[in-house]
Amino acid sequence: MLNKLLSGDMPRSTVLAILLAVILICLALAPFIFPGVRSVDTAARICIFIVLVASYDLMLGYGGIVSFAHTMFFGLGAYGVALASTHMGRGFDALLVGSLSGALIAALLALLIGLFSLRVRAIFFAMITLAVASAVAVLVSQLSGLTGGEDGLSYKIPRELGPAFKFADGELFGVKMNGKLLKYYLVFFSCLILFLLMLRMVHSPFGRVLLAIRENDFRAEAIGYRVVHYRVVATCISAAIAALAGSLYAIWLRYVGPDTSLSMEIMIDILLMVVIGGMGTMYGAVIGATLFVLAQNYLQNLMDVASHAVSGIPILPDLLNADRWLLWLGVLFILSVYFFPTGIVGRLRQGK
Amino acid sequence: MSDPILSLKGVRTNIAQYHILQGVDLDVPRGAVTMLLGRNGVGKTTTLRTIIGHWRAHEGQVLFDGQDIARLPTPAIARLGIGFVPEDMGIFSDLSVEENMTLAAVSGPIDSTRLEWLFSVFPALGTFWKKDAGTLSGGQKQMLSIARAMIEERRLYLIDEPTKGLAPAIISTMARALRELKEQGASILLVEQNFSVARALGDSANVMDDGRMVWSGEMKQLATDAELQERLMGLSMENH
Repeated sequence: MLNKLLSGDMPRSTVLAILLAVILICLALAPFIFPGVRSVDTAARICIFIVLVASYDLMLGYGGIVSFAHTMFFGLGAYGVALASTHMGRGFDALLVGSLSGALIAALLALLIGLFSLRVRAIFFAMITLAVASAVAVLVSQLSGLTGGEDGLSYKIPRELGPAFKFADGELFGVKMNGKLLKYYLVFFSCLILFLLMLRMVHSPFGRVLLAIRENDFRAEAIGYRVVHYRVVATCISAAIAALAGSLYAIWLRYVGPDTSLSMEIMIDILLMVVIGGMGTMYGAVIGATLFVLAQNYLQNLMDVASHAVSGIPILPDLLNADRWLLWLGVLFILSVYFFPTGIVGRLRQGK
Repeated sequence: MSDPILSLKGVRTNIAQYHILQGVDLDVPRGAVTMLLGRNGVGKTTTLRTIIGHWRAHEGQVLFDGQDIARLPTPAIARLGIGFVPEDMGIFSDLSVEENMTLAAVSGPIDSTRLEWLFSVFPALGTFWKKDAGTLSGGQKQMLSIARAMIEERRLYLIDEPTKGLAPAIISTMARALRELKEQGASILLVEQNFSVARALGDSANVMDDGRMVWSGEMKQLATDAELQERLMGLSMENH
């Protein structure tokens, strides 16, 4: 049963299996185990970034395609929901229309970019995605009448997903049965389904051909597979899933802006998460996104505690000052690449 | 003699500024093993890669069963029924032996009878069926590379130096596999530097030099004429 659910891709490492199980349980029960607003928000971000990073890995780790437009696809999904909710009014129909049109536009854009550039060499695809992503980010900032410009858009989502909506009386383990809880589980289960779908995809014949192409594209062609066709399809699927992750993010935040869904910083974060977790393994996205989002949200607090704990020792309190969290995040990244060149999942599987 | 399954007519192939093939003419008869011989660097591999479409012929025709395939993309050429075994084996290391074979069966599920035959010819494949191909030894990788081309009945096999760098025991396994393939009536264009294998398998031989075909004839004739071998290839088969 579990083997079938995971498309035959068992963790193949006890440590990895335990890590994945802990992450799954923590995310599934986050509103009950960590009931604070910030911790539930972190859990939702982890869910969304797992899907976003896994969709990027579908392109990079499985297809060998480097793209710098993944945040753009993510943003298209987010703006899809924002614009639909703004113009159609609050309602599930607006969320559905926004999500589907965002995913469709992302896939079409990926198709256009792919057909123009993947035909030649993969490096041109990377360059073109960078140019298109920058152009779209500028466009979104400039079209303030439509997109809200730099201020972004705030909008209303269905009442059933808001804190004022009570779907049951009383509390369960001290947690109110309200729309906020429903919204979390909408995000959680949507992400779970999308992740399992991607896992199924990479273990399907399509995914196997992608891996073959990544390893030796000429050989794959000589067997009879149209490399461009497969790469373009992988890019479109990846873009559509990234857009769906963006839609979930927009539903969760009830706000979109260039900084939250289109910035190059997010693109770099995605790259770091893929590399830390391990390319070409869907589970790498789980580990990478969890570690990275946790570090982004809690490293500062951790360093603050550490800084106070070593207050009597010279230099150390300054080094561990919470304001230097980005420096330590960088150090952690360098160390992880040094010690885990194949990513954490790759390393764990090798050392099984 | 029936029409050849493959004919190259005046094929010229340039790679960057280098003129590698300078007007190659070649006929590959049906149901026979055609040897492509010559010293290193004379254009044998480029000839095979031009046929499969990896390198484009700048001039001339590549006629496969009468159809000019010189302008077709590689996947379309492969799907016409041409199996290609490259010199560097080109196995997919991250995939299992089973996945390598399944991918090579482009027209549908693997035929169990054919797979059993391949297991009988290359027993190692059955043993390592579920293993990652990257963990195989060099000889086993070469077996997988050839078995992948044989997994379906192809109209033509292009095989580039299948015994290169292999231990004698594995060379005899390869030779046996190719002999059985030949006995099934397959059409094979084989580049081979191992003359004992070439002599045992070849029906006809074509010798290249400097990007051109300099001799074509019966393999038996070339194998028995030391002076001809010396003149065409600068060495005698008897010494190899």
